[in-house]
Amino acid sequence: MAKRIVVDPMTRIEGHLRVDCEVDGGKVVKAWSSGQMWRGIELILEGRDPRDAWIITQRICGVCTTVHAITSVRAVENALNMEVPLNAQYIRNMIITAHGVHDHIVHFYQLSALDWVDIVSALQADPAKAAQIAQSLSDWPLNNVTVFKEVQAKLQSFVNTGQLGVFASGYWGHPAMKLPPEINLIAVAHYFQALDYQRTANKIVSVLGSKTPHIQNLAVGGVANPINLDSQSTLTLERLAYIRSIIDELGDFVRKVYMVDVAAIGAMYADWTQYGAGVTNYLSVPDLPLDTKGTQFALPGGYIQNADLSTFQPISSYQDAFFENGVKESVKHAWYQGGKGALHPYDGETIPQYTDFQDDGKYSWVKAPTFNDKRAQVGPLANVLAMAAAGHEPTTRNLQTVLDMAGAVAGAQIPVAALHSTIGRHAARAVRTAVLHEALEKQWVLLMENIGKGDYDTYNKPEFPKGEIRGFGYHEAPRGVLSHWTVIRDGKIANYQAVVPSTWNAGPRDEADEAGPYEASLLDNPVAEPEKPLEVIRTIHSFDPCLACAIHMVDTEQKEITRVQGVGAQCGVKF
Amino acid sequence: MDVAINMTDTETARAPMLVLGLGNILLQDEGVGIAVIERLQRRYRVSDEVELLDGGTSGMSLLDDIRSREHLVVVDAVRTGKPAGTEVVLTGDEVPAFLCNKVSPHQLALSDVLANLALMSESPHQVTVIGMEPLSLETHLGLSKLVASRLQSLTDRVIEQIAAAGYQVEPLDREAWNNNLSLMTEA
Repeated sequence: MAKRIVVDPMTRIEGHLRVDCEVDGGKVVKAWSSGQMWRGIELILEGRDPRDAWIITQRICGVCTTVHAITSVRAVENALNMEVPLNAQYIRNMIITAHGVHDHIVHFYQLSALDWVDIVSALQADPAKAAQIAQSLSDWPLNNVTVFKEVQAKLQSFVNTGQLGVFASGYWGHPAMKLPPEINLIAVAHYFQALDYQRTANKIVSVLGSKTPHIQNLAVGGVANPINLDSQSTLTLERLAYIRSIIDELGDFVRKVYMVDVAAIGAMYADWTQYGAGVTNYLSVPDLPLDTKGTQFALPGGYIQNADLSTFQPISSYQDAFFENGVKESVKHAWYQGGKGALHPYDGETIPQYTDFQDDGKYSWVKAPTFNDKRAQVGPLANVLAMAAAGHEPTTRNLQTVLDMAGAVAGAQIPVAALHSTIGRHAARAVRTAVLHEALEKQWVLLMENIGKGDYDTYNKPEFPKGEIRGFGYHEAPRGVLSHWTVIRDGKIANYQAVVPSTWNAGPRDEADEAGPYEASLLDNPVAEPEKPLEVIRTIHSFDPCLACAIHMVDTEQKEITRVQGVGAQCGVKF
Repeated sequence: MDVAINMTDTETARAPMLVLGLGNILLQDEGVGIAVIERLQRRYRVSDEVELLDGGTSGMSLLDDIRSREHLVVVDAVRTGKPAGTEVVLTGDEVPAFLCNKVSPHQLALSDVLANLALMSESPHQVTVIGMEPLSLETHLGLSKLVASRLQSLTDRVIEQIAAAGYQVEPLDREAWNNNLSLMTEA
């Protein structure tokens, strides 16, 4: 009998996401992805001053504050056809890259490593053997027997206090856990170290953005960081030197730890290159503008069809009609009034029409976006494939490094095609982190050089005309393409739509009833124990949904039969 | 636009107490915790040993802000089934139960942070949750009239916690209020 699994994450941050799977013969045969909360937060923006939109949009999501702020100012600047001073571009670019590095490290170690790493098994490891293995993979100085012994002792004392329950969601001893104890111990050690390095990356955001989690330094037309190399309250040489020292520290962790771990763990779970591909049309956008108009970028982006890199079509500027005209959203399977077919975001409507969860009808509050009428996957994998297709040297080099390292562990050559998978999304995220880190170093140099030329400009004042203007802004955010679309009438916002990465990936079936990326990626996923659908969690987590999960087990005959906690849903902390 | 930015100091000494407002200001009373933080920042002089932070709906990015504090005071909208506007103060063993019973919309993100800190032996020593039952969670910027009318009382509960821990909080004269804040919650 087919069983139904309901994955129902519980956060309001991005709107609850629920994933239903029908499991038959140990495999997922059908899947639905459903957003469980209507936000309509865009409606708050109507009638407001476009210069304030970024302050409000950075409250849409708790994980992606910075990215909504950046995208919002870009949308308004685009509507005004404004140029942004070079210093402002570089400062924004540094915030973007540092935030991305932070976010990707946290995602791998803190939010998804426990899908693959059995921390209880690490207690059985031989620290000397772990050190030997770790040193064979990387010359990271903390890969030594002393550190591994300390970590094991710390873990043991944590387990002894009976607090393992805080990770009640961890699937210790699950049959899908395959790593030897020593690899688990190495991973736990790096999990601890990652907590320090994600914090290091976040410091760059807080120094430049003047505050986290909500940055304060943006403005339509530039940034509000006055550059005065002598004044204490502005961006000084001392602060810039401090940032430089942080950038260097981060690089070692990314290259000697994160990339190595992803390659090694990926190689040991090589079967997971067979699952989770899903939608293989990939959309990403270029980012890190290098000129005032947004026509040259440090990182390329574009569109790839059917997993074929030779079909790559670049998106080349903030005015690019290929992107602007390609995006539509369907509400055929979403709880909104429809009947007009898929609509462009400028014409987007958000009129709720709730039905029950109807498997073949409407079942989600998330709209289904398409690019040129096709479903597209977004995220680091989409971006890395686009950058590789564009011949972006730092990407091809770092990608080859990860594939070679994984190949060495697996004892076989690993092709680029292995990336179209659950584990491939993790590998691509590590590659992108390395690329972002190199870009961060370069943006720092560009900023210093530009200041050195005597250019201290950080802001152009926006002027709003009478009548109607419209514009869009995009950003290659940690979870993929984020775009904001705005119509401004007489200096006030008349329409505002945010098409977020999770909408692209988590959207329901579209106008043509085609499944979205989450839904398609789950098909044929194995499920060893329906009460503990770790495999479903692995694939959904590989997209980096900014959601924690709780799992309901539903039997199609008996309704809900059991309820277990998903990875990330942790409780029972004692103080 | 002239905006004076006080750059975050590169290495500041950490205050022993963190008062952390959580919530989404775009969902009306969901933002009551942020409104309390803004009121404290605007109308009071608070000891340097107490840091006031608008955490929004953030999760893991708050890890460094929370680690190893003597006191963590979380201010948030909470749902315990009591009438709207009711104040709720949770301490000790009630806090983990609060996190598990999902009465706060942000409890998952916060419990992720606290779980990681427990594993690192860097948990805050004492955690208090101060909350208010929301009336409305509609998509709207600004509190409902009911919750707005009880905001000062909720702020007073937080002030009591700060004072009980031995730190100073003094109300400012109206002329001395800091009006340079974003004040979105009081708009």
